[in-house]
Amino acid sequence: MQQLLMAVVTMVAGVLACAAYFYGTNLILDLIFPSKGRSGAKASRNLRISNAIRPWLFLFPALFAMTIYLIYPVISSVWLSFHDKAGQNFVGGANYVWMINDGEFRQSIFNNFLWLLVVPALATFFGLIIAALTDRIWWGNIAKTLIFMPMAISFVGASVIWKFIYDYRAAGTEQIGLLNAIVTSLGFEPQAWVTIPLWNNFFLMAILVWIQTGFAMVILSAALRGIPEETVEAAVIDGANGFQIFFKIMIPQIWGTIAVVWTTITILVLKVFDIVLAMTNGQWQTQVLANLMFDWMFRGGGDFGRGAAIAVVIMLLVVPIMIWNIRNAAKEMKGH
Amino acid sequence: MIASKRSPLVLFVHLSVLLLVILWTIPTAGLLISSLRDKDQLAVSGWWTALSTSSQNLTVRAPGPEAQQQRDGKFVISGNALDNPGAKVSAFGFRTQEPAAFEPGQTATLNDGERLTVQEDGTYEIVSDVAMEGSRGQRIFVQAAVPSRFTFDNYREVLNAEGIGASFINSLTVSIPSTIIPILVAAFAAYALAWMPFPGRTVLIAIVVGLLVVPLQMSLIPLLKLYNGVGAFLGVPAKTYVGIWLAHMGFGLPLAIYLLRNYMAGLPREIMESARVDGASDFDIFVKIILPLSFPALASFAIFQFLWTWNDLLVAMVFLGTGNNELVLTGRLVNLLGSRGGNWEILTASAFITIIIPLLVFFSLQRYLVRGLLAGSVKGG
Repeated sequence: MQQLLMAVVTMVAGVLACAAYFYGTNLILDLIFPSKGRSGAKASRNLRISNAIRPWLFLFPALFAMTIYLIYPVISSVWLSFHDKAGQNFVGGANYVWMINDGEFRQSIFNNFLWLLVVPALATFFGLIIAALTDRIWWGNIAKTLIFMPMAISFVGASVIWKFIYDYRAAGTEQIGLLNAIVTSLGFEPQAWVTIPLWNNFFLMAILVWIQTGFAMVILSAALRGIPEETVEAAVIDGANGFQIFFKIMIPQIWGTIAVVWTTITILVLKVFDIVLAMTNGQWQTQVLANLMFDWMFRGGGDFGRGAAIAVVIMLLVVPIMIWNIRNAAKEMKGH
Repeated sequence: MIASKRSPLVLFVHLSVLLLVILWTIPTAGLLISSLRDKDQLAVSGWWTALSTSSQNLTVRAPGPEAQQQRDGKFVISGNALDNPGAKVSAFGFRTQEPAAFEPGQTATLNDGERLTVQEDGTYEIVSDVAMEGSRGQRIFVQAAVPSRFTFDNYREVLNAEGIGASFINSLTVSIPSTIIPILVAAFAAYALAWMPFPGRTVLIAIVVGLLVVPLQMSLIPLLKLYNGVGAFLGVPAKTYVGIWLAHMGFGLPLAIYLLRNYMAGLPREIMESARVDGASDFDIFVKIILPLSFPALASFAIFQFLWTWNDLLVAMVFLGTGNNELVLTGRLVNLLGSRGGNWEILTASAFITIIIPLLVFFSLQRYLVRGLLAGSVKGG
């Protein structure tokens, strides 16, 4: 309770400090370059100067925080990836050479690509299907809320939920995990799902698909509703059936949104960490880059060089999407 | 739609949506139901059987001969084999090989001539004509139909004994300031990027969009080094709440600025221009006009940031200690998965406590969440 009080006090203090900064700097700026009550030329000169400075006052705290927490670390990680485990001595590309020859790293890369192929595809697919179906029924919004709900659940919480579903008891005893109960009732042997190499990756992916489908559904549902009525009506008049309308009229009009959903989930997948840590901690050949990186941060007292090298690999995989996003944003701003 | 309501296609749509909804809700439902079940029942039967009576095999040992009483010239040991009041005996026995040889009410003759009777309600009597001897009591096997029992015991246990209660407070301590503090910082920056013309603005916006997707993993090691350095320099621990608040603020800012800038840029230009004509400065315009108008976007971001900081595991693992007054819920849950992997009554109850706050936020503020999602995804095409 005491620390909660401390948190609230900090919050109030933090907000007040921010407010004081913005108010104070603004006041000082107006005092140094006053524009009110001065003669024309001087006033307009002061106004010009203060208008040039003010944006930077507004931006400074945010830019400062982002520089320390995001920009500096990116540069520093790249630098560290060429240094030894304590970050002291330059070792050239040794960390990267180690990485390429390391079986666990190759396993992680392979698994990450599996995740990249499966999760965005399935989540987008289910999201699209559900969005299209729920738009046609009266209880569609209730259905959407329920499917959207896993979005709010933490990856760790979701892992517990699904670990319970995958729970395994020896054959012959009553299964309390749903999946094994279904499997045994169909007459098959129960399986310890998360320990079966290769397939266990898919059981882990199911968790992320379960979480992300709601996200895809919400965005795609909005996009489907944004499709001009006339295009659908014209197709109906031309005698197109439901499937033709969906695949030939609606889908082509929301390609952009599908791409956005796909890339957003792709980025999330590249950083997937909590699920693997909670479900297997990389055992039984389920290792992924983010978990491997976390591992090396602390393994054997922490190897910052190797950890940073793995982080750089994750970053490199993100860069194409980053560039694509920036281009899109720039295009959109020109449109304004 | 134009199609008639009775057409098979509409029925098909209803059924498939129903199936998908069931598929998506069953995992969470299973967790909730399990967390409310009696832990002995939870361990032996699936949660989907929670409403039906379950069959349990019990082994009880009757008290030894010292408990015998004389009654009508006979020696009697009595007791009750069931501790659950609603349970019913369906069969009993006294040999391991035949644990269910007798019906309740029947009398079984034991090896040494004693007679054992178990009633349906679990009361048993061992009757002997001569005084019983020996040191150990008779073993009785009972097959009982136990009605389902729901209880809050699991929650009581995890809140107190497993430290979930303390972690709940810790999670709140992390997420409240981490959610509120960045808002004002981001709002000023977003206003500058949306409405104040200055050289380099486009580049800055592009940088913010780029930073949106920088993987957290890139930041961990340098910041850990930085925190260790600062901690050593100031003589304070490197892992503190202040550290994690600032970290969450830094990581949340790109999304906050991006969301708010998009929203503010969409506000009508006329409002600002007429205010400017009236002599209002940028500061006045921002505080008196933009900030109140941007409430929906602020709420969207606050919800995102709250969910993200509450659900976060990675940042807390790296930047916060693991003591009882620092370990957050997600971290505690991961620890429990390791140490209590088979105790589902503990795991399910703990997991439900960790997800209850996000679920409440989700159901009460879903509108803002959806709006934020729609604004936050970089629009394509």
